[in-house]
Amino acid sequence: MAKVLMKGNEALGEAAIRAGCRYFFGYPITPQNEIPQYLAKRLPEVGGVFLQAESEIAAINMVYGAAGSGARVMTSSSSPGISLKQEGITYIAGAELPCVIVNMQRGGPGLGSIQPAQSDYFQAVKGGGHGDYKLLVLAPATIQEMVDMMGKAFDLADEYRNPVMILGDGILGQMMEGVEFPAEETALTLAEKPWATTGAKGRKPNLINSLFLDPVELEQHNHHLQRKYDRMAKEVLWENYRTDDAEVVLVGYGSSARIAKAAVDLARAHGIKAGLFRPITLFPFPKAALQEACKQANHVLTVEMSMGQLVEDVRYNLEFKVPVHFYGRSGGMVPTTRAVLEEIIRWAHSGEEDKA
Amino acid sequence: MLQEIILAGFGGQGVMSMGQLLAYAGLVEDKHVSWIPSYGPEMRGGTANCSVTISDVEVSSPIITEPDTLIVLNRPSLEKFEKDVKPGGLLLINSSLIDIEPQRHDLKVLTIPASELANERLGNSRVSNMIILGAFVGLTGAVTIESVIGALKKVLPEYRHNLIPLNRQALEIGIELAKGI
Amino acid sequence: MITVFERPKALTAVKTHYCPGCTHGIIHRLVAEVIDELGVQEETIGVSPVGCAVLAYNYFDVDMQEAAHGRAPAVATGIKRVHPDKVVFTYQGDGDLASIGTAEIVHAAARSEKITTIFVNNATYGMTGGQMAPTTLVGQVSTTSPRGRDSAIQGYPIRVSEMLATIEGAVYIARVSVHNPQEVAKAKKAIKTAFELQIAGRGFTLVEILSTCPTNWGYSPKDALKWLVDNMIPIYPLGVKKTLEEGKS
Repeated sequence: MAKVLMKGNEALGEAAIRAGCRYFFGYPITPQNEIPQYLAKRLPEVGGVFLQAESEIAAINMVYGAAGSGARVMTSSSSPGISLKQEGITYIAGAELPCVIVNMQRGGPGLGSIQPAQSDYFQAVKGGGHGDYKLLVLAPATIQEMVDMMGKAFDLADEYRNPVMILGDGILGQMMEGVEFPAEETALTLAEKPWATTGAKGRKPNLINSLFLDPVELEQHNHHLQRKYDRMAKEVLWENYRTDDAEVVLVGYGSSARIAKAAVDLARAHGIKAGLFRPITLFPFPKAALQEACKQANHVLTVEMSMGQLVEDVRYNLEFKVPVHFYGRSGGMVPTTRAVLEEIIRWAHSGEEDKA
Repeated sequence: MLQEIILAGFGGQGVMSMGQLLAYAGLVEDKHVSWIPSYGPEMRGGTANCSVTISDVEVSSPIITEPDTLIVLNRPSLEKFEKDVKPGGLLLINSSLIDIEPQRHDLKVLTIPASELANERLGNSRVSNMIILGAFVGLTGAVTIESVIGALKKVLPEYRHNLIPLNRQALEIGIELAKGI
Repeated sequence: MITVFERPKALTAVKTHYCPGCTHGIIHRLVAEVIDELGVQEETIGVSPVGCAVLAYNYFDVDMQEAAHGRAPAVATGIKRVHPDKVVFTYQGDGDLASIGTAEIVHAAARSEKITTIFVNNATYGMTGGQMAPTTLVGQVSTTSPRGRDSAIQGYPIRVSEMLATIEGAVYIARVSVHNPQEVAKAKKAIKTAFELQIAGRGFTLVEILSTCPTNWGYSPKDALKWLVDNMIPIYPLGVKKTLEEGKS
């Protein structure tokens, strides 16, 4: 099939359908509105259900009910709406229900702006709501990558019985790029869900629940969850770009990584050995791969659309062995390639004064 | 080849679809393309703009801060974006709707009375944007006229394909104008 | 030997945690009897709330989901949309349904979700310790209205059934009580009607059941029943608030 020009939000909606998603519950918020709009049109055509809920809180709890009933289900929102969904997300994590949650991030805090941002990184990778839990977080950088990862997102959710978050931003949602969908819908083999509430015909009743009044039991449950999060470590994904001999390694995800990549090329043209490490899974974090990519680096620079969030995990995962610097814009402002280049030049030449 | 274009005008003037058509034309040529709108309250009747990138290599950021080309369909857009164009860049102005002169002298400027031309020569003011697009194609060679036509075939529903010859004529008028500078 | 009374099949053999004199036990039994009589035990999916009935999933012998506070109608919506052929009910108290979950219940009714809500109104937050509820009566003492609910400060109780009866998507809304055998019989009839209408695919159904809370009200079980009759029924009049004929048919 030839490439088509498609908006990120719409391409994501189509990819979800091709991944077997048949249920969507959401609430309008910019800049992700094209996802529910697209699915409102498409889901009924494939026998699915689109429902606009009365709030983000209701929407995520509908996801809870549908996921608990065994469905492939998704919701999407943007930053303030994701904050509202946190209640439901922690229940979903606690009850171990598979679903996909999309966050097309916008500027914050508060009502913030509707322009692209990456300031929900902590919220996404550290849990987000109350309690010890993790989401599996995927960060696409192009529309094609977003489309390609939807099937994986649903499969991972089913495999681990865990919510998976697609962490995008206003750029990825709003932009159009050429995108290619698989030639024909492959016959999906979906995981069996014998734990789901489907009516207890011929079996003992099932229970979907996150309540454990007995602290001994809850601690055991938390250990069980933790072992699951540890098992997820094998799912790490990342991209290395010109890192082999890089003295300055940039680290960025999603839209920021695209900008960083262009800056790397410019830096190379200036004779600076620069490279980019792009985590594709933000949780689990590709720690070993990051360390490998940075082993010859003198400086590491994170490029973010935030006031500095990813930088903390990069420092932590590099075990503070390499100086890690931060460059970011926030509030809906986007780093320019030129500004990132200036940062690269600054760190590439830092220390030269000391030697002189 | 890397061509970064900002298209701006009033909401409803067709800048968004003009940008999409241009991006699609790039895609027809297997180039890397991106299109991104300004989104939000301003798209409801105020000034609207979109950024289009056509490139031989992967597009880094679809957000354009220093365009190679600026296409403006109204005065506020000219006033807003003129300063951002790269030195030596291209500025296309629909002079039917803009009554001021650009301030900069380091740009290649083509003022096109697109609405009048469309009316007078084609009897249809709705293809004025295609005249401007034709001029862009003629001046930059970023895409070919055939690719624009190819993109139109993808964008227009089948029952609108009868409009393609008219659009081709408009593009050709633009290409002619481009030869003038 | 003739069996004249036994546990409904849709109830488990688990001993409930409810306080002596609390009418949750009666209401659980009525719901289970209706499930048995309709023969839908293996077709039913229930949603338990946050509040005294949070452990209802231990007592109903059907598939259950435990919802966040107030969100049971949203969870039930998700279930019913996936399994339109199953019987889905929520079991919610007044704090859960009429305070934190007001939006969810109103919109489930507005969408005419084909679910049945069992709404237990005892005019107090039982589980958390007798705080003022959205249904606490004016003048009623609670741990957060120690001088009695003052309407000038704390506003007025919400009549949920009357409010929901104004919504077009609600096809059956009734308020019943279980303070004596006659009323228990009427309550069961209302619950059965609601389930039957759901099964017939008619739309949203809700039965509000006035209930006692001797522990938090500070009365003996017997006096609590009398308090309910004397104080709650005048404010929350019993009866069918909406039937199918008034709703969409």
